[in-house]
Amino acid sequence: MATNQQVKLLGFAGSPFVARAELALKLKGVQYEYIQESLTNKSDLLLKSNPVHKKVPVLLHNNQPICESLVIVEYVDETWTGHPILPSDPYHRALSRFWSRFIEDQVMPPVFKAAWNPNKQERVKGAEEAREALKILDKELKVNGKFFNGDSVGFLDIAALIIFYWVPIIQEASEFNVYSGDKYPKLGKWSQEVLNDPVVKGVLPPRDVLLSFFKARFQSIVNSK
Amino acid sequence: MANEVVLLGYWPSQYGMRARIAVEEKGIPYEYKEEDAWNYDRSPLLLEMNPVHKKTPVLIHNGKPICESLIVIEYIDEVWNHKSPLLPSDPYDRAQARFWADFVHRKVYGAAKRIWTTKGEEREGGKKEFIECMKLLEQQLGEKPYFGGDNLGFVDVAFVPFYSWFQVYEKFGKFNMEAECPNIIAWAKRCLKKESVAKTLPDQHKVYDLAIWIRKKLGVE
Repeated sequence: MATNQQVKLLGFAGSPFVARAELALKLKGVQYEYIQESLTNKSDLLLKSNPVHKKVPVLLHNNQPICESLVIVEYVDETWTGHPILPSDPYHRALSRFWSRFIEDQVMPPVFKAAWNPNKQERVKGAEEAREALKILDKELKVNGKFFNGDSVGFLDIAALIIFYWVPIIQEASEFNVYSGDKYPKLGKWSQEVLNDPVVKGVLPPRDVLLSFFKARFQSIVNSK
Repeated sequence: MANEVVLLGYWPSQYGMRARIAVEEKGIPYEYKEEDAWNYDRSPLLLEMNPVHKKTPVLIHNGKPICESLIVIEYIDEVWNHKSPLLPSDPYDRAQARFWADFVHRKVYGAAKRIWTTKGEEREGGKKEFIECMKLLEQQLGEKPYFGGDNLGFVDVAFVPFYSWFQVYEKFGKFNMEAECPNIIAWAKRCLKKESVAKTLPDQHKVYDLAIWIRKKLGVE
C-alpha cells in the first residue's frame, strides 16, 4: 500500500526532467520534500542515490531511490492511486511509451546539439536533425482528445512538455529555430492544452529566468574558442 | 477473438532477439518474418507497420503494430500476463528493472558499437566504457541467478542478446570477456539453457562473419 511517508525529490530548478517528476507527484496529490541540488557541487545524497548517472531527478520513497525521469513517472503512477497517468490498455500504453521514447532519442538530442555543441557546423546539423524529427512527430502522432490520450494530462503530455515549454526558450537563447506552434499546428494546439492545465502551470519555472540561464550558457560556449 | 501475432525481425539484431525471447517465454504462437536490414527495399508490411523508424522489431498483434524492443517486451508482459512474468509485481522492483534495461539500451549498446565500428582512440574509449558497464551490471546481478531473480526478467531479456555479439567485441576490442567479467559469462550461459534464449540467439561465429562484412561495407578497415 502506498503511503505518503518520506517522499523526497532531488532536483534542480529549471530542469525539464525534474519538472516531469514534480508533475507526476502533483497530479497524484503526493506530499513531498523538494531538495535543491547544485549542478557543480553534487550532494552526497545524490551521489549515493544515483551512483550510475549522478543526475537529477531522483525520487526517494522511504529512502529507496528511483532514477530517470520517465521511470519515476511510471513508478509514481503505479504507487499512488487517483489520476491515472498511463492509459489502462496495453496498446495505448505502448503508444505513449513509443512517442516518449521518440522524444527522448530522436528529438531532444539534436535539439541539445543545436543549442550547445561547441562546433557551429554541428549546431547547424543538430537543428536540421531536430527539424526532421519534429516533422515526423507532427505527421505521425495522433492526439486523441484534449490531451494525447483523452481528457486528462497523461504520460506523453508529461514527456512532451519539454518540447512545448523548454524548446522555444532554448532555441531563442541559442539563436536557432526548429519548433513553433504555428509551424506545427497539431502540436501547437496540443501544447496549448497542456500548458494551460493548472497543475502543469504549477511546475513550470519562470520563462525569463530560464531564458537568462540558457542565454548565459550559450554565450559561454560561443565565447570559449 | 483469435490472437494473431506476427513478429518482424532481423536475425543478428539484439533488438529483434529481445522481442523473440519474450514471445517464446510466454509460449505465444506466432509467425516470424525475417527482414534483412541491409536490403534497402523494406517490405511493404514493415513500412506500413513502422512508418516512423522503418526498423525491426515490430510486433503485430491482431493487425496493430507495436515498435521499439523494450516497449514490445512490456506490451507482451501486460497482454499475456498469465505466465512467465517478465516484470516484477512490486513498483520499486519494476522501476529498478526499467532503469537497468534503459542502461543496457543506451549505455551498453552505444559503447559496444564503438568497439566494432570505429578505430583508434574512439574504439579504445568504447571498449573502456563497455567494460565499465559490464562491471556495473555484474554488481547489479550479484548472487542472483538472473537479473529477474529466480527466472528470466526484463533486464535479462534486454541484455542477453548481446552475448551473441561478444566474440565481435572481443576480437575487435582485443580483450577477453571471461577475464574481465566472468559472472556475466556465467549468467549468459545460464540464460542459454532456457529454450527461448537458445532458440533465438544466433551463433557467435555467424555474427562475427556478418560484422566483418558490415565493416567492409561501412569502410572501416
